[in-house]
Amino acid sequence: MTIPFNNPDRPNSYIGKTVPRPNATKLVQGRGRYVDDIVLPRMLHVCFARSPVAHARIGEIDLSEAKAVKGVIRIFTGKDLAEVCTPWVAVLAHLKGLKSPPEYPLAVDRACWVGEPVVAVVATTRAAAEEAAALVAVDYEDLPAVTDTMTALDTDTPVIHPDLGDNLAFRRLHEEGDVDAALESAHKVVSARFRTARHTGVTLEPRSILVDWNPAEGQMTAYHATQAPHMMQTVFAEHLDIPESRVRVVCGDVGGSYGIKVHVYPDEVATAAIAKVMGRPIKFIADRLESYTTDIHARDHEIEAKIAVSEEGKILAIDVDDWTGIGPYSVYPRTSAIEGNQVVNLCGGPYDFANYRAQTTVVFQNKTPTCQYRAVGHPIAVAITEGLVDMAAGAIGMDPVEIRRRNMYADDAYPVTSPAKMRFEGLSHHASMDRLVEMMDYDALRADQEEARKQGKYRGIGIASFIELTNPSPFMYGIGGARISAQDGCTVRMDPDGSVVALSGVTEQGQGTEAMLSQVVAEGVGVDPGQVRIITGDTQVTPYGGGTWASRGAGIGGEAALQAARALRDSILEVAAAMLQADKGKLDIRAGQVVDADTGEDRMPLEELGRIVYFRGDTLPKDLPRELVQTRHFITMEYPFAFTNGVQASYLEVDVDTGVVTLLKHWCVEDCGRVINPQLVDEQIRGGIVQGLGGALYEEIHYDEDGQLLNGSMADYLVPMAAEMPDMQIGHVETPTGESELGAKGAGEAGTAGAPAAVMNAINDALRPLGAQVTEMPFTPERILRALGKLDD
Amino acid sequence: MTGHFRDKVDVSLTVNGEPVEARVPAGQHMIDFLRLELGLTGAHASCEHGVCGACTIRVDDQSVRGCLMLAAQADGAEVWTVEGLTDTGAMTDLQDAFVARNALQCGFCTPGMLVAAEELLSQSGTPSRAEIREHLSGNYCRCTGYEAIIDAVEGVAQARAGKGAA
Repeated sequence: MTIPFNNPDRPNSYIGKTVPRPNATKLVQGRGRYVDDIVLPRMLHVCFARSPVAHARIGEIDLSEAKAVKGVIRIFTGKDLAEVCTPWVAVLAHLKGLKSPPEYPLAVDRACWVGEPVVAVVATTRAAAEEAAALVAVDYEDLPAVTDTMTALDTDTPVIHPDLGDNLAFRRLHEEGDVDAALESAHKVVSARFRTARHTGVTLEPRSILVDWNPAEGQMTAYHATQAPHMMQTVFAEHLDIPESRVRVVCGDVGGSYGIKVHVYPDEVATAAIAKVMGRPIKFIADRLESYTTDIHARDHEIEAKIAVSEEGKILAIDVDDWTGIGPYSVYPRTSAIEGNQVVNLCGGPYDFANYRAQTTVVFQNKTPTCQYRAVGHPIAVAITEGLVDMAAGAIGMDPVEIRRRNMYADDAYPVTSPAKMRFEGLSHHASMDRLVEMMDYDALRADQEEARKQGKYRGIGIASFIELTNPSPFMYGIGGARISAQDGCTVRMDPDGSVVALSGVTEQGQGTEAMLSQVVAEGVGVDPGQVRIITGDTQVTPYGGGTWASRGAGIGGEAALQAARALRDSILEVAAAMLQADKGKLDIRAGQVVDADTGEDRMPLEELGRIVYFRGDTLPKDLPRELVQTRHFITMEYPFAFTNGVQASYLEVDVDTGVVTLLKHWCVEDCGRVINPQLVDEQIRGGIVQGLGGALYEEIHYDEDGQLLNGSMADYLVPMAAEMPDMQIGHVETPTGESELGAKGAGEAGTAGAPAAVMNAINDALRPLGAQVTEMPFTPERILRALGKLDD
Repeated sequence: MTGHFRDKVDVSLTVNGEPVEARVPAGQHMIDFLRLELGLTGAHASCEHGVCGACTIRVDDQSVRGCLMLAAQADGAEVWTVEGLTDTGAMTDLQDAFVARNALQCGFCTPGMLVAAEELLSQSGTPSRAEIREHLSGNYCRCTGYEAIIDAVEGVAQARAGKGAA
């Protein structure tokens, strides 16, 4: 049976509707339970003395003053923890040539970035641990710091890890067609240099972990703010020499992740190691400076790129040379080569063209390690592609919407394989563009822009088409050797009162995972969503799974939930048919009642069926199966990734005297396949857009030339606030994936992928009459004034 | 922390309508006192230097950063947190509007955001969207993009004004 999702009058029609989130009410009442809210008996707090310099040999460590602080119980150095915790090396076999040195929970001989943990202080209170950590005296013998990406491979630049030979972590060149010939013969070739700034996620809840080692049970329980509990289970087991079955990772409420909380952090592994050594619960909550110096950074790219177009605006070639600096270590276990790799995979994504060359060069440097952060690589690839396309349109005098329409894959062209060798199952670039143009009333906006210009106001319209990679298969990590599950499972059971419990391997960090699961299960079984309780984030309880990242929660976890729910429905109906002496095929479950499928007439409430099965099983036929628990798993098989698409537009005004950009409005049309909960999808898009707008206008981690981080506070690293943000109109086109019955692809990263490019193009549209152009993010007033020639010192 | 900071201070205050007497370390922040000593974990510590607003609580009818106030300064004060404001039903309509509009995702900023929004709503007049955005600019939300929050607060402002007029 195929569920007719598009028929709103079908029974139990919860998929596709806005239903409330079951876990939202507790959060508005302050009844959430984040890791820092948990207090365990005999719990201690750990705090870290961190490297104040970017690169140094670790000499003498004097702990005498620190040990004297009242409340300090024990102090660990790198050498101490190296005895109980094996190091990790963050490489993946399919990223050929990627190299990285072994990394320990605390630095052993050398500190390689400002913020790297060096000494761990354990005390009865956080305040005492902090006080003592400040008194740890480490003799740092300065080593030369490598901070510039573009000169990292120069022969006169010191090599950070001499054992590795050079500062090159990874390089990949992809070539398709004959780029040089296309550039040679094209009507126009436009070149540009782009730069995206180093960002970090700024989760409001800092990284948090509380680890309890119970030697009597031989079991470790980690209460962890993470996106991937099962992955962390494996990591703790492997590096702390505990059987995997004896590590339990519990993930309750998580205060924002965006990719930040899906990585292995040395201080968190150190916390687990210390808990095992001390046999007591140990809590680590990062403070805000630690967040800035040790949460992964991302998006620090410098790019030279070219586009060649014909007189008719056809894209003939795109040529991209991308460089990124990732810090001193590739981050475990997902590695820090993925972002650059994504830039190669995604540039030119929406367009049907033949000649493509892209190279990414990933180098080591003495800064905070970078890794996957929301929309990994997409904002960079989209900025390059859409920036080039707008410049090409300008060079041949074509409207930006028109040039895109002339190049986007036709909506009936699928399946296709892109010049980057990405396989697209089904996208809707033209339908999405049509919807966007209609939503924003493009022609009226152009008229408003012209009118404003007559009054001396510089307004601009920016368009950015994009593709987004979601629902990754094992081709993302598993084939490279990482124990990161691309499969996910769901167990659905009916309890005696007729209510339903669903346990899922995907996790909730605020996206609305639990709401999504509740409505999928409700529809699949035939009960009200309020009758479904969702349990996530406990490796000892839920089916094994990957967790929530790369926009996979709905597409993978949702499908597993649907299949499990329908299997439970089938089991229930088998029992019901026996009890009612009816034909199973003529029964249905609706709103918690077994009903006659044709007439809808109530036959039996589920609680009556539950009563009989659980308490009067003797009255059922002896050989009747009565398994009211069903588990199903789902993994994508046909495509390595489920690509989605969309298009965004920004309308803004640039004050050409101050360089300040005012965002007037933002639009996004997005195709994430089946929309399970329209409100949740829209809010994912809006939240994602604002994170992208932050990157476009405000966010930039600054280092000095010695590798000292200069803006490690929320007052100095600016993120979007309510007053500066625009209202955003969101629209949808639905092209469900055929890989699952649910048809859902991901929606969590599309907003972030396209927003920076839309803003860049809008600013440049506004500045075009003045002959100015900006391509270095964030577009601060200073950079805009420099582009206008109004600042030249 | 020096010996001076470890000095204890006696305080007597009301928290969520209940009397509290405590001897607090002179250097303890109000947010830590509420969370660690009273178990009121609704308000959250996040930036710990007065920027993000996740620790916003109500002290003597004003919204205050729990990370910028010392517990020792609370002697004689009337303090309300999200837990108490929930129990009294003082902002049930606002909380319901946040849930209905999905004006929260991870929920970490939400208790502080609600206290700040309630402060605006308790002032006279019906605030415009721009005024709501301005008032909430001391409260960071990294998840929602703010629009849903503005919608929720605006809806409650209009509903309360409608009730007042009726």
